[in-house]
Amino acid sequence: MIVAIIVVAVKLLILFAVLMLFVAYGTLAERKVSGHIQDRLGPYHCGPHGLLQPLADGLKLFFKEDIVAAESDKILYYLAPMIAIVPAILAIGVIPFGESITLFGRKIDLVVTDINVALLYLLAVSSFSVYAIVFGGWSSNSKYPLLGGLRSAAQFISYELILGLSIMGVIMVVGSFSLVDIVHYQKSMWMVVYQPLAFIIYMIAATAELNRLPFDLPEAESELVGGYHTEYSSMKFAMFFLGEYANMTVTSAVAVCLFLGGWYSPVSFLSWIPGPIWFVVKLVAVFFFLLWLRWTYPRFRYDQLMVFSWKYLLPLALVNILATGGVMILFGGI
Amino acid sequence: MMEKGLMDKGSVEGQVVDYLMRETLKTREMWINMGPQHPSTHGVLRLILALEGERIVDTEVVIGYLHRGMEKLAEAKTYPQFLPYTDRLDYISSHAMNFGYVLAVEKLMGIEVPDRAQYIRVMMAELTRISSHLLWLATHALDIGAMTVFLYCFREREMILDLCEMAGGARLTTSYFRIGGVAHDLPDGFIEQAREFCRIFPKKAKDYDDLILKNRIWLSRTVNVAKISGEEALNLGLTGPNIRGSGVYWDIRKDEPYSNYDKLDWEIAVYDGCDVYARYLVRLKEMRESCKIVSQCLDVLEKLDGPVMAKVPKVIKPPEGEVYASVEAPKGELGFYIVSDGSPKPYRLKIKAPSFANLISIPTMVKGHMVADVIAAIGSIDVVLGEVDR
Repeated sequence: MIVAIIVVAVKLLILFAVLMLFVAYGTLAERKVSGHIQDRLGPYHCGPHGLLQPLADGLKLFFKEDIVAAESDKILYYLAPMIAIVPAILAIGVIPFGESITLFGRKIDLVVTDINVALLYLLAVSSFSVYAIVFGGWSSNSKYPLLGGLRSAAQFISYELILGLSIMGVIMVVGSFSLVDIVHYQKSMWMVVYQPLAFIIYMIAATAELNRLPFDLPEAESELVGGYHTEYSSMKFAMFFLGEYANMTVTSAVAVCLFLGGWYSPVSFLSWIPGPIWFVVKLVAVFFFLLWLRWTYPRFRYDQLMVFSWKYLLPLALVNILATGGVMILFGGI
Repeated sequence: MMEKGLMDKGSVEGQVVDYLMRETLKTREMWINMGPQHPSTHGVLRLILALEGERIVDTEVVIGYLHRGMEKLAEAKTYPQFLPYTDRLDYISSHAMNFGYVLAVEKLMGIEVPDRAQYIRVMMAELTRISSHLLWLATHALDIGAMTVFLYCFREREMILDLCEMAGGARLTTSYFRIGGVAHDLPDGFIEQAREFCRIFPKKAKDYDDLILKNRIWLSRTVNVAKISGEEALNLGLTGPNIRGSGVYWDIRKDEPYSNYDKLDWEIAVYDGCDVYARYLVRLKEMRESCKIVSQCLDVLEKLDGPVMAKVPKVIKPPEGEVYASVEAPKGELGFYIVSDGSPKPYRLKIKAPSFANLISIPTMVKGHMVADVIAAIGSIDVVLGEVDR
């Protein structure tokens, strides 16, 4: 019993450390990738090729004066940045990153916990992150954050729905909500081959959930100054950013598990490479894709975003579910 | 937050809903201050917006945060002394500002400017136009969220600034023109470097097109947004690319040619979309046309020798009288109206700044649109507050 608890604790610790590493270097990757896309170098002076930049950023934000907006609702104002990072940390618990291994005679699953409703759990915790933005926007008692909060509430509700519907196709094919089962199903062929439309819809909805361009309306800095985090400074501000990159990491990880074969190698002759390495490679690829999107596209307008969601993505997601069901009935399962 | 247009306020139901919203729910429009400190009001423009949700009910433009009293200052300076002040009008296209001022003084004094100086002036003015439009495209795209275009544009603008530095010694506030010509002749190597720019610019301009010209999101953000018809634009006194984006053929370089523009071969860029996208297309085409003008000037300058300064008296004392001269600055018609009493200082100097007139169109353009469209509209009319407030 005690050993089991220790094993879980160690797994949690490792996962948390890896997540934080991804968050820290996610910020650097963002700046480096944007730099190279825009024909410049990005951060270069902290350590070789700017590798210590995340540390410098963190220190700087840590020592900044913590300004609290005078007329704000204090409880919610303090709560919002805390909520920002919690969903991502909650979500990593169900993400499998490798096949079970045997260590000192014990079989250890490379997932903190393999619950049978993992996907439902993921959707449930990820919808928490909207509270961070809504609370942040409303409690600041300032007009620009309010507009950011308003936008995000509408955006999250619409895209949460589409995110859920896009995953339905996968669940129908596999017949399980467990991420481990879903990855096992993809041993020979990735899910993206069976469910290409679902994958595209998932990526769009995920980008919207993450507030990334072209859907970064809640914090559109050219319109709303900083959006919901305009009134935040110092580490509170940093928490929103930690949350954003942690959510990006988790969303990429979920995309890898659902559509890109999880820890399995894409070709059989490369299967000697350990599963977790494949997992990280795929995760980084999806992460890069999100960065790439941001530095290429302009931003949607609020009403266009809603139209896009309800008039195009929602029917498409429904069509995908119907088509999947139809094929399954006709051919008795894929 | 009731959306306009959803409910007809004339009908009984509409009136009831309106009453309920206003009286029982106590809804009212939200006033927000956009600027003078705001990332995309391009300097110190301040807009007061009345919002219903995100929809704009009313807009008020507040200016004056950059007022330096230029026109009054001119009365205390001699004619040559005022020239550097004109740089600070539209500080990102200072050659064009210089051009307008020296033309007015020359017209007042009847000075004939040597041909070589004319070509140098036209070339520098057109280079400035490209650089101004590049800065506009960069910031406009940034406002709409396409951040990469920003740095691509700055890359080419840098080359133009290098050319400005070669010619006049300064990169931004150049003061290269003089009453009667230009400060000095072009240095060695200038023509080659300018040719290199003209050679690569069309290729680089394709990069900008690849990023946004046909992008779905860009189109949906700009097409049919912030429309202003040609007639309204004329009534409001719009000039430059803004009025050409509303389908009005009006370009001072063609209609009232000054300097050597009538000897050069180029086209006016006119699109009749009346929206943000049309104004964007106009400027894109203008950049390419300007590039054509620059190469033609370079062709002439290679062969043409001669002085770059007319014979002007040491102390510039225009005869009594008044004069108005205007040029097509990158933002529109820039005019200088000078009243001279025969002394070395102007009795009165009035500047007709294009951005000032263009800015007036904002409330007309954005009414009924959303907050995000205000940003697109401000970006599309390309204001520089240094010129608006003077």
